[in-house]
Amino acid sequence: MLQVSIYRYNPETDKEPYMQDLEVDTGGKDMMVLDVLELLKGEDPSITYRRSCREGVCGSDGMNINGKNGLACITHLSDTVKNNKLVLRPLPGLPVVRDLVVDMSLFYQQYEKIQPYLQNNTPAPAIERLQSPEERAKLDGLYECILCACCSTSCPSFWWNPDRFIGPAGLLQAYRFLADSRDTATEERLANLDDPFSVFRCHNIQNCVNVCPKGLNPTRAIGHIRTMLLQRGA
Amino acid sequence: MVTAVTNLGRSGLYDWLVQRVSGVILLAWFSIIGTYIGMNGDMSHAQWQAFFGQTWMQVLSVAAVLSIGVHAWIGLWCVLTDYLTTRMIGANGNVIRGIASAVCGVTLFTYMIWGLQIVWVG
Ligand code: SF4
Ligand code: SF4
Ligand code: FES
Repeated sequence: MLQVSIYRYNPETDKEPYMQDLEVDTGGKDMMVLDVLELLKGEDPSITYRRSCREGVCGSDGMNINGKNGLACITHLSDTVKNNKLVLRPLPGLPVVRDLVVDMSLFYQQYEKIQPYLQNNTPAPAIERLQSPEERAKLDGLYECILCACCSTSCPSFWWNPDRFIGPAGLLQAYRFLADSRDTATEERLANLDDPFSVFRCHNIQNCVNVCPKGLNPTRAIGHIRTMLLQRGA
Repeated sequence: MVTAVTNLGRSGLYDWLVQRVSGVILLAWFSIIGTYIGMNGDMSHAQWQAFFGQTWMQVLSVAAVLSIGVHAWIGLWCVLTDYLTTRMIGANGNVIRGIASAVCGVTLFTYMIWGLQIVWVG
């Protein structure tokens, strides 16, 4: 029997959050953490979490699994369970709505700030804006982000200033558009990032790189943004 | 809400650059002192004073004192705006941070003046 400890909080009935200890029969199978949650929910339908695709594509089931942020649906028990114990908590630093569900508003506000859409002030061509394979290759490692928030909610700088520091997820996307050969708003984008908080609150702690379930590297993207700001300032 | 009015420069980039440059100056200063002490085991006070009395060392020391001032201020400003905020310590956050910043600022300023006096006036 797998020992599971799960964070429970229902603001309508509970004064305070608490950890509930449960047991699950995994039948000795190396299932995903999400499968364990589904089994638990079969017993107690009040257990609340987000999920949709169950294959690491939608980004809805980011949570803190044995102390490390990740997607429940693609985390094998064998990758995280030690001493037969599984501890599940909501993503840190964001307000809890209920059990493992957090309020992502602050996260999305930061995403909105970086204007995550292509901007081009030249006349639209008849068919489409072309990119060379080399130009397209610059977007690799950036466009794959699924906005699961595992990175930003593992970043101490984001915990302390979630209203002013864009956070790793937002900055990775900021660079995705800075690096896009079809985007002409580079100067405006950089001007919007040149305050002491948006980018420069990153102190290279690298928690973000450590947890990204898609294997992306926000710290490197932040480094590129810093270089662009330097060149612009010079 | 934390505002940026008390940060040193105009922009994050400027603060970041100042932080790197002052860091390099401090590294150079401490390395020179470390090497000098390493090479002169038994040092007399007169020798020590002569070492600091050389013009180039005085110039570098002044730069180091100024660097410590700005380096510490930027670092402290970051720490204070991380932890002493309304988000972290409640409604009085901004007032408490203001007081803490003032204490840090006055202390740093005093040490800088004192330090300059020591290395330049002797
Ligand atoms: S960078 Fe990675 S961890 Fe961060 S939101 Fe995107 S996919 Fe999730
Ligand atoms: S490298 Fe920067 S963005 Fe990533 S966790 Fe550290 S401080 Fe946050
Ligand atoms: S359920 Fe979609 S990423 Fe896990």
